[in-house]
Amino acid sequence: MSTYYASLLAESGILLLGALSVYIILATGQLSLGNGAFMGIGAYLSSWLTVTMHMPLTLALVISALVAGLIGAVVAFPALRLKGIYLAMATVGFAEMVRSFFLNFEAMGGSGGFRGMQHISVGTVWLWAGGILIAVMLLERSRVWLEMQAVHDDETAAGLIGLNTTATKISAFAAGAAVAAIAGGLFAHHNVYIEPANFGFERSVDFVLAVILGGSTVAPGSLVGALLLVFLPEVLRPIADWRLAAFGSLLVLVLLVRRQGILDRSLIRALTFRRLAA
Amino acid sequence: MLMQQLVNGLTLGAVYTLLALSFSLVMGILGILNLAIAELFMIGGYIGFTLVDSGYPLPVAVLGGLAVAAAIAVVIEKIGYQPLRDAPLVTPMLSTLGFSIILQNIATNIWGSDPLQLSIFGAQYQIGPVSIGEMQLIVLGATVVLVALTAFIVQKTPMGRALRAVAENREVARLLGVSADRLMMMAFILSGALAGVAGVLIALHYGAITPYLGVEIGLKAIAVMVIGGTSQIWGALVAGPLIGIAEVLTVAYGGSQVRDFVVYGFMILILLLRPQGLLGGIRSDQGQRV
Amino acid sequence: MSHALLQLTGVTKTFGGIHALSGMACEVPEGKIVGVIGPNGAGKTTLFNTITGAYRADGGSVTLKGVDITQWPSHRIVREGIARTFQNIRLFGSMTVWEHLLVAQPHNEASWRRLLPVAWVNPAAQARADEVMDFFGLTAFRDRPAKSLPYGIQRKVEMARAVTARPKLLLLDEPVAGMNHDEAEEIRTLMLRLRDTGLSILLIEHDMNFVMRLCDYLYVLDFGVPIAEGTPEQVRADPVVLDAYLGKDD
Repeated sequence: MSTYYASLLAESGILLLGALSVYIILATGQLSLGNGAFMGIGAYLSSWLTVTMHMPLTLALVISALVAGLIGAVVAFPALRLKGIYLAMATVGFAEMVRSFFLNFEAMGGSGGFRGMQHISVGTVWLWAGGILIAVMLLERSRVWLEMQAVHDDETAAGLIGLNTTATKISAFAAGAAVAAIAGGLFAHHNVYIEPANFGFERSVDFVLAVILGGSTVAPGSLVGALLLVFLPEVLRPIADWRLAAFGSLLVLVLLVRRQGILDRSLIRALTFRRLAA
Repeated sequence: MLMQQLVNGLTLGAVYTLLALSFSLVMGILGILNLAIAELFMIGGYIGFTLVDSGYPLPVAVLGGLAVAAAIAVVIEKIGYQPLRDAPLVTPMLSTLGFSIILQNIATNIWGSDPLQLSIFGAQYQIGPVSIGEMQLIVLGATVVLVALTAFIVQKTPMGRALRAVAENREVARLLGVSADRLMMMAFILSGALAGVAGVLIALHYGAITPYLGVEIGLKAIAVMVIGGTSQIWGALVAGPLIGIAEVLTVAYGGSQVRDFVVYGFMILILLLRPQGLLGGIRSDQGQRV
Repeated sequence: MSHALLQLTGVTKTFGGIHALSGMACEVPEGKIVGVIGPNGAGKTTLFNTITGAYRADGGSVTLKGVDITQWPSHRIVREGIARTFQNIRLFGSMTVWEHLLVAQPHNEASWRRLLPVAWVNPAAQARADEVMDFFGLTAFRDRPAKSLPYGIQRKVEMARAVTARPKLLLLDEPVAGMNHDEAEEIRTLMLRLRDTGLSILLIEHDMNFVMRLCDYLYVLDFGVPIAEGTPEQVRADPVVLDAYLGKDD
């Protein structure tokens, strides 16, 4: 495989994880427009761990995920009181603060960025991305996911059947943050160079775009979205300058015509049915 | 030196106020965050820029920016908001996000992603230790006038009353014979026009413009809106200069990298400690679910 | 007289200047069906909300089996054994009937097992869901999205969901509102069967016939206080009750 396509594939694997990080949080009815920040935290922390502390990558990723998860939980706690748009705004604000923090963090390069990581292959990226995708798909069939759906559908009723909605929402946030951190760590080690601008608002928007377009009600939707966002521009080469406008239009179109995104439960059932019947 | 900082901060604050007001209008009346307003602001700026560069006087530039921004706002309302107005509020918000992506791309293709530059518009005046430009004065003056005008429209005119009725309860307003559709369109047009005018003034004041101006200033304007109190007109007037000055002082004494931290930190503090903003307004913990 | 399962004493709840409940007192003995009736605005739904912890009582106490639950958070009260249904049905839009019954089950297994697919690890939960579906006659609708079902079936799903966690006390908010006679009869039978399994029921209803033929005890509420109480026969003959209902829109 040419290096160009390999890097595109790696990019989609990382975007898949980013999309999943938004998806997990979205499943409880919260929209996070700031997961780029958690990706940044994961990228910087894991890079520091491998470059300065000479830790193996896997351990660095796990630790970064745990730390990001903790930060996610801490951030989510006060954010619980905020709903809908206000929560989204708070996540944007939080993400800008984190980006600003890294801009000033001279110990890891500040605006000049950080380098020195060992390059990892596409294969490694997809090992993680695929593994986490499968884990989330299993999670979707669990009691915990049902509880998240209940909180999403009707938080009050969920509380009144005995669900600790606070714990559910915070856990989802923490889990999303952890997944985004892993995306960051993989990004850092595949790119071998990171700078704060990599993890700003645009990145968070990419994640949300992938989920909403690909399918916001099922985990494989994030896969569809990630592949779409990375590979569609290749198909749209002749109009490369307009590809952002194309995605913006796609977003509006999806929201108007098929709000759940491309992939949803019935489509999956239909596809697997046809394969079984054939 | 401090005085100069204050004046610059006030000017920056005026920009925030105008944009925050735009956001606030839509937020207050329709309950959604119209992310495309930031790009209407940016495009207004480009239109104003182009007109002035071609030799037209300031009023024409302002009108041009206003008209184009308002026209685009109409399109966004028809396609992106109206069909979605009964969906959970985050859906139309994401739709406006889609439009803002489209608009930014269009601007980049028409005008390029490098900054456009213009020589400083108008004379520079020296008042004591402070140097202030003609454009700066226009911005400050226009802000006060526009805020007062908006307040007047919303609070004293029949249309304003109707707008507030729709904000309160769309169903009841409809029963009372208020055409909710037309009013929602009005809200979009007003906020678009405001953003467009703000864009023209700011672009000419700075003497430079990029396609990223919208996101840069827009996100902070949202913070200002939250700090002042969403849907509070005077809140925007108070919070704008407050944040503008805070930002300018932070840059002067703390370094330019920290300023975003300060601005958004303020916003998050308000969201946590006083969600209704400095001047009251809707409580932010009663937003709608996704 | 059996031991009281639920007891309210002197409970008050004010909203702004409105006294929704003023010195509300009532009790639900174990294994009985108690009804709360009264004109609109009498405070019936506020009563339910206060019992379940959705509202915090401003004064007085709510005890369950002797334990004071007045200040407890909602989910804790529910875990302790109180379940409820709503006046306007509140089902989960994205779930099937089966999933409703699964999600309502108490956490009776190790935390980490709740992360694994249900089909793998929790036969007990599945069995219980089957049992409840069978009791309510919902097995035919197992995999249908609950919100797409006819109104009467939805009410049964909501009740089934409430009963799944084996509560001690079931609060029913207008369980037969909008139902025809046959559907209401079915619900009445279900409620009697539930009572026979040891469940205590507190219900709000407007349908007087329904209430009279079902409840062991009644409270008549008006302006947030009980103005009369007793067995259906006693209440039916009480002049205070007749007075409260005359000239009031119901």
